[in-house]
Amino acid sequence: MLFLELTAQGLVQGSIYALVALGLTLVYGLLRILHVAHAALFTLGGYLGVIVTNATGSLALGFAIAMVAAGLTGIAMYRLCYEPILKQPPFVALIASIGLYIAFEELFRIIFGASGLSYQAPPLQEQVVLFGGLQFKQAELMVMAGTAVIIGVLGYLQNKTRIGVACQATVSDPQMAESFGIKLRQVRDINFFVGSALAGFAGVWVALLNNLVEPTMGSVPSYKGLAIIVLGGMGSVRGTLLAALVLGVVESFGTIYLGKLLDRNAIAFAFLIAVLMVRPQGLFARR
Amino acid sequence: MEYEISLLTSMAISVLFALSLNLITGFCGQISLGHAAFLGIGAYLSALLSKAGLPFLATLPLGMLLAGVIGVVVGLASLRVRADFLAITTMGVGFLFVGIVRQQEWLGGELGVSAIPDSGLSKTGFMLLSLGLCLVTAALCIYIRKSWMGRVFNGVAEDEDTMRVLGIDVPRYKLAAFAIGTALAGLAGGLYAQHLKFIGPDSFGFVESVTVLSMVVVGGIGSVVGVAFGAAVLSALPAWFQFIGDYKLLVYGGLLFLMMRFSPGGMASIVTRVVNSRNKAQGDRT
Repeated sequence: MLFLELTAQGLVQGSIYALVALGLTLVYGLLRILHVAHAALFTLGGYLGVIVTNATGSLALGFAIAMVAAGLTGIAMYRLCYEPILKQPPFVALIASIGLYIAFEELFRIIFGASGLSYQAPPLQEQVVLFGGLQFKQAELMVMAGTAVIIGVLGYLQNKTRIGVACQATVSDPQMAESFGIKLRQVRDINFFVGSALAGFAGVWVALLNNLVEPTMGSVPSYKGLAIIVLGGMGSVRGTLLAALVLGVVESFGTIYLGKLLDRNAIAFAFLIAVLMVRPQGLFARR
Repeated sequence: MEYEISLLTSMAISVLFALSLNLITGFCGQISLGHAAFLGIGAYLSALLSKAGLPFLATLPLGMLLAGVIGVVVGLASLRVRADFLAITTMGVGFLFVGIVRQQEWLGGELGVSAIPDSGLSKTGFMLLSLGLCLVTAALCIYIRKSWMGRVFNGVAEDEDTMRVLGIDVPRYKLAAFAIGTALAGLAGGLYAQHLKFIGPDSFGFVESVTVLSMVVVGGIGSVVGVAFGAAVLSALPAWFQFIGDYKLLVYGGLLFLMMRFSPGGMASIVTRVVNSRNKAQGDRT
């Protein structure tokens, strides 16, 4: 029973990780940048979701605005921040990204206050009992289902549409892709938009699960996301998804059985280091 | 005067700490996002041994030794993974350190270690000790840079595979960089604990690792003078920024970003550019 419950909790957490890490993977695959500031878009999504839902009473509108705003901010980040420094060594973009994340976190704190916001009437909080007596919040079930659907759709688009194939081509060889008439900038814009919109989507879900958004809510996903894309084998979408779910489950078991020795973050990273020492190319790399 | 002495001491410790990371990341090209863990190892060992009755000055070399030994173990990881993978692995080491310390009662747990006994030095004496050790470290860095080992470091940073082909024992040099760099971080940690008289797990987390890396990068990665200057400025910045109060971190993050966006070589490259253009202007005139 405990086993099932822990697995289920791990999968819920893993779904959130997956949504955040997917954007990171898309960016890493295209530009080889560790995009820490991605987590700022997750926070942005959470805030907008709460604010719009409280103002209009419609959660759907909250989701829509959060995703579009996060997506557009993502494109702006690419155009204004990353594009000019693509030729520099990778740590330059990493530090720039960290600086950007700190600045964003502070902006949220200064504008909305340090104590955060919550929903006036949090939606989707009813308990649902599944087979075997497993209890879920409605929101928890929906985040798992939502993640599965979105990732399925993305996978389909990536393999079956022109633009998806263009993205794949750009990842594997940007110069060759360009000489075949693919517009690199357009592909990168689309990737940043999709990845950032997913981060915004995840932000709204976390706001629903905790009924709280605060300026620092992005810090855990920011570094966990990096751990996950490494586990998944850097730039592989399928690997990232699996790694996110595995990490979620490892954490939820670890906190029960190893909680006396290590805290939650340390468990995640101990697992990461152990994996990397055995498989330096990541858990699911196709190499 | 009290305030200036304290500020100068903490600047010296920051510079020492930044120089230690510069040795690994700047000289040898091995990026580390968990360097604060070694500051922490030195700080905890020095604090606990001081409390057990050992004289402060005797705890410093022991802190260096432990940090260096653990540094070599982490360095072994750098033989297995490279570049971005190494960045994430070292970040993991940082979280592991904080996670372990936080859950151990005998290390003070969440509350940390407080009431660390006095070193027996006056405030001014301790400041001079910190400044002295900082200068010695800077001299050591410049010496290493010019030595055979420094040239190999540089080669490893530039192109590791070529160095292997040339028959250089790359793993040995990487481990050497980690051993020296982390031992120096341990030294900085001992001073840090003694200076603040209180340490907790949060003093050595991800934020500190990122801060020290940004000192190195803003100063000008690889340049000893640049890094020392960058660390001195960035460590004093929050104190100077008191007047903007609430916007302190916003400005800090913004500056970090703008620096990378417009001058990726850090302050050192701004200076070089200014000097070069002036020389060129003079050359044109004559």
